[in-house]
Amino acid sequence: MPVDRTIRGRVAVAGVGETPYYKHGQSPDAQFKLTLMAILAAAEDAGLDPREIDGFATYANDANDAGRLATALGCRELRYANMVFGGGGGGGSGAVGNAAAAIHAGLADCVVVYRGLAQGQGVRFGQAGGYPTQIAGEPATWIPYGVMSPAQMFAMRTTRLMHEHGIERSALRAIALASYHHAQQNPRAVMRGRPLDEAGYDASRWIVEPFKLFDCCLENDGAAALILVPAERAKDLRKPPCYVLGAAQGAEYRSSAGTHNNPDYATASFKTVAPRLYAMAGVGPSDVDVVQSYENFTGGVVMSLIEHGFCTYEEANEFLTLENLIAPTGRLPLNTSGGNLAECYMHGLELNIEAVRQIRGESPNPVPGANVALVSSGPMVTPATNVIVGSEATL
Amino acid sequence: MSEGSTVLPTGIPGPVPSPDGLDAPYWEATRRHELVAQRCRACGGWQWYAEWICHRCHSFDLGFEPVPGPAILFSWERAHHPVHPALRDAGPYVVVLVEFPEADGIRMLGNLAGDPMQAVEIGARVEPVFEDHDEGAIPFTLVQWRRG
Repeated sequence: MPVDRTIRGRVAVAGVGETPYYKHGQSPDAQFKLTLMAILAAAEDAGLDPREIDGFATYANDANDAGRLATALGCRELRYANMVFGGGGGGGSGAVGNAAAAIHAGLADCVVVYRGLAQGQGVRFGQAGGYPTQIAGEPATWIPYGVMSPAQMFAMRTTRLMHEHGIERSALRAIALASYHHAQQNPRAVMRGRPLDEAGYDASRWIVEPFKLFDCCLENDGAAALILVPAERAKDLRKPPCYVLGAAQGAEYRSSAGTHNNPDYATASFKTVAPRLYAMAGVGPSDVDVVQSYENFTGGVVMSLIEHGFCTYEEANEFLTLENLIAPTGRLPLNTSGGNLAECYMHGLELNIEAVRQIRGESPNPVPGANVALVSSGPMVTPATNVIVGSEATL
Repeated sequence: MSEGSTVLPTGIPGPVPSPDGLDAPYWEATRRHELVAQRCRACGGWQWYAEWICHRCHSFDLGFEPVPGPAILFSWERAHHPVHPALRDAGPYVVVLVEFPEADGIRMLGNLAGDPMQAVEIGARVEPVFEDHDEGAIPFTLVQWRRG
């Protein structure tokens, strides 16, 4: 399906950067400072003056205000400030897509996508924050029943996935093992030096059935950033351009119906989004060399991979094995930095950075000759978003 | 469930009707031990959770009526790791998602009463158990579930 209006090949990621990643509560630096450090690192990687940044794009109610960042960095002019709806990590790839769209449309020339997160200095995601005595509105239909954490909000979708399609625990386990496998080679990974095998996964405690400890993302402090510029400009910068080939956002019909009333329940929300992404990028699942798929919980990754066409429901148990999911030899190398499970829970922006590093050949677990990388952000939330990036050879 | 006992310990946040009144008839009905959901007076369609407009016909004329037909266990989870101080020593508990096929497939969520380690079967019939909480400043009633 040809797409008339497209950002394909018009914009490139020129720089990526991050702070050291910490266990939650252990950052020596304030959240805003971490965010500044990540942006400076991305500018250094690109070889451009951070004062040239004229646009800021983020997601997940990021607390680091775009105006304050532009002011603190002495940016000459602010032309674009944008936030994707949604409190979870669903917006990471969407923020990359928004940055690319803004640049292509002429709204800005140099946009940084960023996420700064120091949970020790704010509310932790994995604990019920604030402890009110009363709760009103739609959350009143679940919080009083002990459904409070993200794991508890998404476990029932995975139960239903496993029930409807016969998905086995081995598929969830393979996703966790692949992330830990890749993290062992990644100096940035919080879980480097903490390998995980089948027995370790199987022996881990339940968080909320069907999720064991290792099915759940980490909670971390740090910051990450990507800088996007027009494709023509990227060619003159320090690193090989990583082109944005397509981006999409959204979810299915009535996906946000409250109290778990979305009609299609066991979905990652990519069933309508993935076809639009592929149409814009001009590639299909078989063209994708490496995948970064947001792991809030492993069950959502199973849904995401199926909804992006990498296997069918019927094939999932056979396809989702450690051997198939690891670089450099697997059929579908997945989460090659360790991702949210084992590199760092930077709300998935570390996955977008890893996709760029794969295209550049800079990944700690390189996939030889990788030209097309797909990132899917935030399964089971609305909006879910995704992006495909590629090398010069894909244009 | 025995008289006066609750599935979860007291001390976790209790429901209050939303300040804009959207779901007030639902919570008021639970105090009378009635299970109601939103139904459109124009097209007859059911919807849950509540909204100000009918998503089918865009009528704003919505009421609350008793939910008809059987309640079927649609999905479930068993929570082990406590994320609230009041649940710290409570042990595991089961949350169920219940579907009403005769009310356009709307779903409601609650706890499964009984042994928290019991086998849970998707597709099983369940029935509501009204769990009164009169201990606090604002009394409320939760809707729990047990095997039918």
